Amino acid sequence: MDDRFPGIRPRPSLWRRLDRSARLSFPATLTALLLLACALPLGIAGQAELQAAVAVICVFFWSTFRPASMPPPVVFLVGLLCDLLGYAPPGVGVLTLLLMHGMALRWRRFLVRQGFLVVWLAFSALACGAAALGWALTSLLTFRLLPPGPGMFQAALAIGMYPALAVPLAGAHQTLAEPEHA
Amino acid sequence: MIRLSIPVRQALAKLTLPVLIAAAFGLMLLGKADALLAERARMALADALAPIYGALSAPIAHVHAVVEEGQQVLTLYEDNKRLREENERLRRWQSVALGLDAENAQLKANLRWIPEPTPNYVTARVVADAGGVYARAVLLSLGPNHSVVKGQIALDDRGLVGRVTELGSRSARVLLLTDINSRIPVTLENSRARSILVGTNGARPRLLHWPEGVQPAEGERVMTSAEAGAFPAGLPVGVVHYSANNVPEVEPFARLDRLEVVRLFDYGLRGLISPEAGARVAEPRKR
Repeated sequence: MDDRFPGIRPRPSLWRRLDRSARLSFPATLTALLLLACALPLGIAGQAELQAAVAVICVFFWSTFRPASMPPPVVFLVGLLCDLLGYAPPGVGVLTLLLMHGMALRWRRFLVRQGFLVVWLAFSALACGAAALGWALTSLLTFRLLPPGPGMFQAALAIGMYPALAVPLAGAHQTLAEPEHA
Repeated sequence: MIRLSIPVRQALAKLTLPVLIAAAFGLMLLGKADALLAERARMALADALAPIYGALSAPIAHVHAVVEEGQQVLTLYEDNKRLREENERLRRWQSVALGLDAENAQLKANLRWIPEPTPNYVTARVVADAGGVYARAVLLSLGPNHSVVKGQIALDDRGLVGRVTELGSRSARVLLLTDINSRIPVTLENSRARSILVGTNGARPRLLHWPEGVQPAEGERVMTSAEAGAFPAGLPVGVVHYSANNVPEVEPFARLDRLEVVRLFDYGLRGLISPEAGARVAEPRKR
């Protein structure tokens, strides 16, 4: 980011660097905390689907708008956490989220210039794909045709929740997660 | 840190995603080849998180209680009226039950009935939802020196909840009877017919394989059966309810969507190994 304004600058202080790295790691930390919070016994119907939806939304949002803070290794770890918390066969969440990340990276040059609705539409398509892939892989790995209902519900929940989660995330994107503010 | 030239760094950055996707496939194969590894990783994570969840579950339960109390205040008058009527009815039943109890004791004494041993049990708090999109389970917080073993039976205050399938050093996972991997031998109360209760991941598990000539009746009570030595006989499971497609389902007595505390009973039954969510088990395990 500093390359944008060339010139000689004093070496940043320790606190400045700490602040910068905290801001850089904010998206990954927030995603992990949200996933952990979704496992609490809150008594909400469809909590497992909520967890999957939150992971998909966070990975898509940060991969599109701040890929420097959501690199592939972080996506891998988020997927692993999802699989372990969600008791899915290991690897299913990892692969789904990595593909989501890849697609978001490919489309981001186009998406960041578009309005909210277009981004939401693109996310909707990816969320449906992610739910379908998750269902297919889980069915394949458990040798059983699972009912597709929960997968569809997960996609619908992710699409419906995207605006509610994207607005605070966009706010954080401009303020908390911005390394330039350090 | 190693200083790399910019093209090398760019090439490495481009390679990360494909390599990690390949690693995800590798992870799937590994999880399929060694189901125990995934289970250990899960229980290690659950053990690490159980104290945090345990500390957080108390305030959450408090909030739930406050909300419930608020709702109850609104229906106080109707509740009171209903309870009075119910009390009246139950008092009549109590006298009947006391009479039957005395008669039962007398008959057992006459028959030299061998009393069944009272099972040991421990009570544990449900601290997290350990299910997923395609699994139904809860996580229990246990003390560090607990005596819980796999296959123990979990009940809440109303009925059967499920069985302990995975065990950590301070947490245990209970597979609910609604999970798609759950199979429970049951008895229909009126016809005494044996059947199998099959989880579907939905709210109501289905009945499967009842004997010819018997039809599960709407509203019939369903209890566990001692067949196969996995459960003791007579634990209350639920009532039969026909779905819109005319499939006999069972409405569980246990409040599976709002479990707070469950009791784990040790009946000393090791007839069947508990099913593992998402994995088949071929050989018995030692623990």
